[in-house]
This record gives sequence, structure tokens and C-alpha cells, in this order.
Amino acid sequence: MLKNFLKNSQIKSPWIIHFDCGSCNGCDIETLACLTPLYDVERFGIINVGNPKHADILLVTGTVNYRNKAVLQNLYDQMPEPKAVVAIGACGLSGGVFHDSYNVIGGVDKIIPVDVYVPGCPAKPEAIIDGVVQALEKFKQKQAGDPQSPESAEA
Amino acid sequence: MESIFFAVSALILAPLAGGLLSGIDRRITARMQSRLGPPILQAFYDVGKLFGKERLLVNRWQIVCCWVYFVAAALSVALFFAQADLLIIFFVQAAGAMFLVMGALSTKSPYSQVGAQRELIQILTYEPLLILVFVGIYLEVGSFNVGEIMAYNTPLIQKLPLMFIVLSYALTIKLRKSPFDFSTSHHAHQELVKGVLTEYSGPVLAVIEMAHWYETVLILSVCALFWTTSWFWMIALLVATYLVEIIIDNTMARMTWRWMLKYVWSIGLVLTFINFIWLHVR
Repeated sequence: MLKNFLKNSQIKSPWIIHFDCGSCNGCDIETLACLTPLYDVERFGIINVGNPKHADILLVTGTVNYRNKAVLQNLYDQMPEPKAVVAIGACGLSGGVFHDSYNVIGGVDKIIPVDVYVPGCPAKPEAIIDGVVQALEKFKQKQAGDPQSPESAEA
Repeated sequence: MESIFFAVSALILAPLAGGLLSGIDRRITARMQSRLGPPILQAFYDVGKLFGKERLLVNRWQIVCCWVYFVAAALSVALFFAQADLLIIFFVQAAGAMFLVMGALSTKSPYSQVGAQRELIQILTYEPLLILVFVGIYLEVGSFNVGEIMAYNTPLIQKLPLMFIVLSYALTIKLRKSPFDFSTSHHAHQELVKGVLTEYSGPVLAVIEMAHWYETVLILSVCALFWTTSWFWMIALLVATYLVEIIIDNTMARMTWRWMLKYVWSIGLVLTFINFIWLHVR
């Protein structure tokens, strides 16, 4: 029973950390909108933490460039397992309209493994919440011992 | 024999009560902000999840410190329900609180350091007030023993109304609620990440969270001493106190430690002074 409870709590208490990896702030505003009374993600036990060591899910918005790729990698490395990464917005997915800029590396998955992709420019809060829920599904799959499916789900 | 029974049942029930209280607190807070809020059992899910996380340690001191903090908090609750001496309970609790700070100071993270310094200031603020509350109880009852205080025939709140207010300051600081939530806070990411708890993570953080539940129960039990003649009024007093705490938490902004030190000590000492004179003159 205790084991079940521990497994269950893994899904019921996702703490998120939000990293703006060079976004135009459009996706950031939408991400923070999830915390407002209208969307109220605390219903699902989601808390926005500022500390990667406490976080379960990393939300990344914006393109990755040569300056901040180390920061992104560092944040990811500091998160304890089990963890998941949700890339948000066109820029986070592929670099978006900035994909061929001289300073842009591309999407988040060029640096760290991404579990869920949430497209949009900007992504809607509903889609972001859905992305987090899908990341939780990944936790469940990992617990069940399923080998990770290579192709990621679309939110 | 009876006291051991009470102590053991308190050890088991206190974290359950503390976790439930924390869940109800978050729910009521959410409702006050016109949100739905998390499930009542959310605090247990959080701790359960943290126990399942990978253990990332900065150094071994953190394990020692978190467990000493936990054992001290649990022991002080057990001692309280075994009807021991208030001063012993106080010293055990204070020793535990110090270890939380030492664990945070053992790491190099600046956020952890700042949080630890602030936690020290908080301890410095509420511990003298807590001692004064115990002294007030002693002046009235003539004993520091919890059993004798509980057997006292009039509700202490009649004799020590101002000391109850002083105790509620200590409660607010201990619960880490606004305006005194500056050593660690859910709402202060930009300022100090997670303050004193920054470098604790995973199972270690879960242990600290459980110790925090014990401490909440301990301070609320001390509040309960102020009305021991009737169960109904004791519970009413506790519920009212906690509701006021939540309202204060939601209506106040986080202040600075200088403000806290000045404000809480001056108000606390003045209230104590008036109450002691009143006890003496009457």
C-alpha cells in the first residue's frame, strides 16, 4: 500500500521549474497565466518552484543559443530523477522564426532530451497544462517499466 | 505508563494532523484567492513524491542535520504529550531548529546562506518570546509541567490574554507565514530561490517537511494550553487562531528581517510587560 502511495504521489505532485531560454516573453506570460485563478494549476498539485533541485518538470520556452545552452544543461543536470522536460512554443520546439539566426542553435532538444513538445506561438495555457499532464503520463510509463518511446507526443 | 502511551500516539498522530492541516491551509488559502486549490491530502502527496526522488546531496552534513531536526521536533511533541516540563520541550525544539540552520550553512550556495542567516534572525526573534510565554504560564500556574498546567482550574487565556497574542507571533514566524516568511517562501523565487531549504532536496527535504508538521503541532499544542478547561473551547480557540493566521498570511506582504526584529520584539515585550504587571497587581 505504501509503495502504491509513493508511486501515486509521483503523479499527484509535479513541481515545475520554468526557464526562459531566450523567449520573446509571449510563452512565458502564457506559462505564468496557468498559475492564475482562471487556470489554477495548483488543483493538480502543481507548484511553480524556483529551484531545480526541488523540481520534477522543466518547462523551457524560447530558442537555445550559444550563450545560454550551458545554463539550460546545468538546470537539467541539477534536477533529481525522475524528471521530465516540456518544450513550449515554436521557438522551444525548433527555433521557430529564429531557426537560421547566426546565434541560434535551435530547439531545446538539441541540448537536453525533451519529453513533450507543446507547439504554439504563443502556446495556450490549456495546451501547456495538457503538456504537463502528458509529461506525468511519461512518469507513469517509466514506473511501469515501459521502454521510453522515442517519438514524443504532441500536445 | 499512561504518559508513554500518550507520547507514542502523539508521535504517530502528529504528522498526520500536521499534514492534514497543511492541506486544509492550502485549500482555504486557494479559496481566499478565488482558486479551487489542491486536494486536502496534497501535503502527503508532496512528501511521498519527495521520498521517491533521487538523493542529490551537497555534503553528508545535510543528512545529519535533517535527521537531528526531525528527531528533535518529534521528541519535543512526544515530551509535550508525555506531559513533561515546558522548558525541556523548548530546549529540545530549539536545538533542532539550530540544526536546520547548520545544514543550510554547510553548503556554499549563497541562497542557502542568506536563508540560513534569516532563519537565525527568526529564531532569535521568536525564542525569547516563547520563553516569556512559558514564564507567564509559570507565574500564573506555579509550574512548568504540562500536566499541572492542564489541570489548572481556570482557562489561562483569561489571565494571560496578551501572552496569547505574543505566542501567536511566534506561531506565525514558526509557520513561515507572511509577513515573516523571508527565510524560505513559496513566493520568493526571484529573491532567494527557496532560502534555507534551497540545498535540501528529495528525501532530505521530505524529512524536513515532516519535521515541520511536528513543529506546527507543537506550537498549536502550546496554544491549546491556554484553554484546557473545556474541549469545545480549546478546539474553537485553535481553529480561530489558525484561521486568523491564514487571513494574516493572505493579506500581508513579506517584510524585511529588520522590521520583524523591531516590530515583534517591541510589541512582544510591551505586551508581556503589561500582562506581567497585571498578573502582579491583581
